[in-house]
Amino acid sequence: MHHLSLYFHFVKLRIRSQMEYRLSFVFDLFSQASVSVIDFCMIALLFNRFKQLEGWSLWEVGFLYGMIGICFAVAEMIGRGFDVFQESVVRGEFDTMLVRPLGTFYQVFAHEFVLRRVGRLAQAVAILLISNSQLVIYWSFAKVGYLLISLVSGTCFFIALFVIGATSCFWTVQSIEVINIFTHGGVFMGSYPFSIYRWWFRRFFTFIVPLACVNYFPSLFVLGKVESLGVSPVGVQLAPFAGFLFLGITMLFWRFGVSRYQSTGH
Amino acid sequence: MIEVDNLSKTFKVYHHRKGFFGSFVNLFSRKHRTVQAVDTVSFTVERGEIVGYLGPNGAGKSTTIKMLTGILVPSSGSVTVNGYVPHRQRKESAKHIGVVFGQRSHLWFDLPVQESFELLQRIYRIPQAQYRQNVEIFDELLNLGDFFQTPVRQLSLGQRMRADIAAALLHNPDVLFLDEPTIGLDVVAKARIREFIQRINAERQVTVVLTTHDLDDVEKLCKRVILIDNARLRFDGELTTLRRLLSTERLLSVDYAEIYPDVSIPNAHIVYQEGARVQYRFSPEEISAADLIGAILKKFKILDISIQEPDIEDLIKTVYEDNLMLERKLAEPISPDTQAN
Repeated sequence: MHHLSLYFHFVKLRIRSQMEYRLSFVFDLFSQASVSVIDFCMIALLFNRFKQLEGWSLWEVGFLYGMIGICFAVAEMIGRGFDVFQESVVRGEFDTMLVRPLGTFYQVFAHEFVLRRVGRLAQAVAILLISNSQLVIYWSFAKVGYLLISLVSGTCFFIALFVIGATSCFWTVQSIEVINIFTHGGVFMGSYPFSIYRWWFRRFFTFIVPLACVNYFPSLFVLGKVESLGVSPVGVQLAPFAGFLFLGITMLFWRFGVSRYQSTGH
Repeated sequence: MIEVDNLSKTFKVYHHRKGFFGSFVNLFSRKHRTVQAVDTVSFTVERGEIVGYLGPNGAGKSTTIKMLTGILVPSSGSVTVNGYVPHRQRKESAKHIGVVFGQRSHLWFDLPVQESFELLQRIYRIPQAQYRQNVEIFDELLNLGDFFQTPVRQLSLGQRMRADIAAALLHNPDVLFLDEPTIGLDVVAKARIREFIQRINAERQVTVVLTTHDLDDVEKLCKRVILIDNARLRFDGELTTLRRLLSTERLLSVDYAEIYPDVSIPNAHIVYQEGARVQYRFSPEEISAADLIGAILKKFKILDISIQEPDIEDLIKTVYEDNLMLERKLAEPISPDTQAN
């Protein structure tokens, strides 16, 4: 309880300090939203020409796009502390965290909250809702619950990637940029049906970096599409939990990184 | 309060390859050499002491402080602070210590001081009454009111340091670690911070461990000093003892009434001679100050005369430059217990 209320206090302070520069805040909000609208327009243009992709219509892909967009926007909003962790380490802020009576993971997590990602989030939600209105989806409570779990799981997935990037700072002072290939690239890849990719690519993004588990497979279930890759229905239903598992594993990796930092001090 | 027993820390210093490809290669194979940052250091600090932890750059001061505060894990040996092992019970230990690094702030850069303090109140779960009382006292002693609403990033160095020290004491820690608390400050700001540390120590019995380059800090604040050099403990005892051990040599400056061709005095060495001004170095074991002055007066006419004690800076330099001498003199290591006898 203490941690939760403290977290909301952190968030409150962050929001207030970001609101100080109101004009830049509003500008950011709109520029972010428009960037992702443009992204979606590109996809729409593509469909204007090809009509469908591996049996997916534009609005089905829109649903997919909305899902991944929501997850990424929320992850960037709340997980930003890990994204900018490299600077914290360089500035010596991590030592400060170690002399506070709180866990390090918690402190880095609570360190940042980027309200302006709301622009991106709103836009992703809008695309999801518009796509839904153009599709015939039979919604049940279970399905809504499943979708929500998938979204949370997808958010965990992206946060986990940020955590991997942050943890790598304990080894190399320059955080590996490679992780951006997975985060931004993940959003891009996740916007298209997974079945268009090659088998080794699919394997990698299912079992190693479980992007497909938090996006593609859940969307199959929600949209009621037939699974074409030979994954059992149970597998599809359980897929979203891979996001939580992935985050759990990266948290262990984080802990390992911290203990390394404490024994080497860089 | 603080017990340090045979504490050692070795680092592997890696050879970093540069560039994108280099950092990729770094992940898999790295050359390294081993550096001993702290070598079998032992000492204890009692409640309410102010200890100066001194040494040249790279001597291992910061590494020791980092082990005492739970930031680093020792390679061997043991540490307890307030009965906690800092690196094993990090969070528990953190509740009972306050830490200030002079080089960087522990406050939130973009928050006003007041909001940083309130955040700390929540983090350390400081009861409202205690929080209010502390803020009031610290404000009185450090004039925090002048900049209480100012974002930390806009504070001057002196203001920032005052805010940082106050912040480190909000939760009434039993031990306060200060790493270079007066670095870069002007004389007035230094004096104010020293006074504050003294009062907090006297009134609250807060144990203070202080690393500093500023020997004024040491003279004003510390009765006891611990010297380390090259990762090893060189001296642990009262400042006056250190001074006595090393101040065997003194300086005598004389302004003569006229320029004499030969001003040599037996048992005194001429350090320099500039016109009528001459400085002698002498050892009280060989010749007492009175005898020396007597010998001078017998031979020459003087205008002015003064005896100088070497200041701590010189003392410490002597320790570092002449370890052998100190080790000879400290055939028996000086610790607080032996001193009491």
